[in-house]
Amino acid sequence: MTEEFRTVIGLEIHVQLNTRAKMFCGCDNNAEGKEPNTVVCPVCMGMPGTLPVASREAIEKTIKLGLALGCEIPKISKFDRKHYFYPDLPKGYQISQYDQPFCKGGQIELESGTVKLNRVHLEEDAGKLVHPKGSKYSIVDLNRAGTPLLEIVSEPDITSPAMAKDYMKELHLILRNLRISDADMEKGQMRCDANISVQLKGERRKGKVASSPIVEIKNLNSFRFVEKALAHEEKKLQEEFEKWPEKKTKLTHGFDSNRGTTYPMREKEEAKDYRYFPEPDVPPFDLTRFPIEKWKKELPKLPSHHRARLSELGLTKEEANIIAKDDTIKDVIENVAEKNKAIIGKLLINNVEARKLSIEALNQIADTIRDGSPSNWVRDMIRRSVKSGKLPLEIVKETKGLAPSSEEISEKTKEFTKFLISENPDVVQKHKAGKAGALEFLIGQGMKMTKGTVNPKELREELVKQLEEEKR
Amino acid sequence: MLKKEDVEHVAKLSRLELSDAEIEKFTPQLSSVFEMFEKLDAEDLKNVEETSQVTGLENVTREDEIKCLDDLTCCTTEELLKNIPIKESSSILVPKVIEDK
Repeated sequence: MTEEFRTVIGLEIHVQLNTRAKMFCGCDNNAEGKEPNTVVCPVCMGMPGTLPVASREAIEKTIKLGLALGCEIPKISKFDRKHYFYPDLPKGYQISQYDQPFCKGGQIELESGTVKLNRVHLEEDAGKLVHPKGSKYSIVDLNRAGTPLLEIVSEPDITSPAMAKDYMKELHLILRNLRISDADMEKGQMRCDANISVQLKGERRKGKVASSPIVEIKNLNSFRFVEKALAHEEKKLQEEFEKWPEKKTKLTHGFDSNRGTTYPMREKEEAKDYRYFPEPDVPPFDLTRFPIEKWKKELPKLPSHHRARLSELGLTKEEANIIAKDDTIKDVIENVAEKNKAIIGKLLINNVEARKLSIEALNQIADTIRDGSPSNWVRDMIRRSVKSGKLPLEIVKETKGLAPSSEEISEKTKEFTKFLISENPDVVQKHKAGKAGALEFLIGQGMKMTKGTVNPKELREELVKQLEEEKR
Repeated sequence: MLKKEDVEHVAKLSRLELSDAEIEKFTPQLSSVFEMFEKLDAEDLKNVEETSQVTGLENVTREDEIKCLDDLTCCTTEELLKNIPIKESSSILVPKVIEDK
């Protein structure tokens, strides 16, 4: 059945910016662990007569994201009031952006395709509501009210729940890369609303593509839930396709993460019901007077850049992905010597301790590693360098501990193999009798005796060779 | 002339509970307000710019610092919560807005 349908998904992602103070007032933007309503002031509590003043830092962070995503930064931008009545919104309206956002268009490139963006706009977060079971009250905490909040709206270019997850993960990486948000989903710093519909491929009804209603699933707060909720809804929309009325409608659903299913929610208000109008208290912005070209130059490299560079350097896709996610490793990779990047990339992935070393130390280790240097020599050098704070070259000098060359290693392995065979005559006998596992046992013994200083692959080759020679 | 449904819809957006009698009463009242505004439609406003700002200011921003905007916005929690009708220590309580599942 799935072949008949095309899935259309668009995501609206909300991201809290990591500014020190709130969007329109000087309250602390980090209320973690604070008592309810103790990180508030008359402005973010929506008291009458207060005057909001926009945070320059929040605007800068918004525009930087726009630049990173290839958005158009318009000449003029402004804030608008979006009205709705709910206890989490003390003013009765949210200061948001309607028709002149800070960033227009843009795109995110994924392996599974390009997702165009509609816009990125800046607004203020609402307060938090808790509804204790059995109580006749809801609890309002306005500590979160006024936190600068980005809304990143994609075009409906996403064609599967898995692609929606990829999109979110990539955006998460970009946000972390730009250091504009911690984007910790468990703390609600990044939240997703997803819109999904399914369309019949090819078939048109009255000149229009036959489509299911659009279902909006609210408050998806993990990558996994986004994929799970969308997969559930996709299946349901396909199964019930014939039942939907022809008129295109919109439904709002919530996601029950315990059951992995979605359920209908209170109908949302339509755009016109929000009664948007320009925020008279916050004057408009002439963005040509902001140092946008300078910000553009200051942008850090994006994950896609790191991935491309790292695969050029011979790292696998998985390895490149690990590095692209890690800020520390990424910084190092950008700054180590060109010829050492691939070696150091692998080192940093495999050895947590190596991440404590300076770029100079890493370069020196990479320089002294020769073909076939045993991994435990490298490990030992890293450990010594971290412990003593000395550079690897100093340690090499002191201990004459230069990594052995491949010839030296082969010679050692040869000698050791001879020794290993002479020490284990019974196992050698078993091997000669064709007993499976005898060779593996010998290799295991050898690794144990040398504490891993021989290369197992070389040891195996040498064992096979010498045992063959013995037969003759 | 506004319809009864329009008034019901606006009341719903404002979370107002109106009785049938009130809706009867308010429909013509609200309607006459709209009619007054409709007079503006008769004017030719093609070349008139909309006014949403009167100060002429632009690019008003503040630095990212944790501090009160001015003396008037420096208040204690106690002061800020003074007029909250129902509270529990520093939590604000409101009539429950969703039904228990």
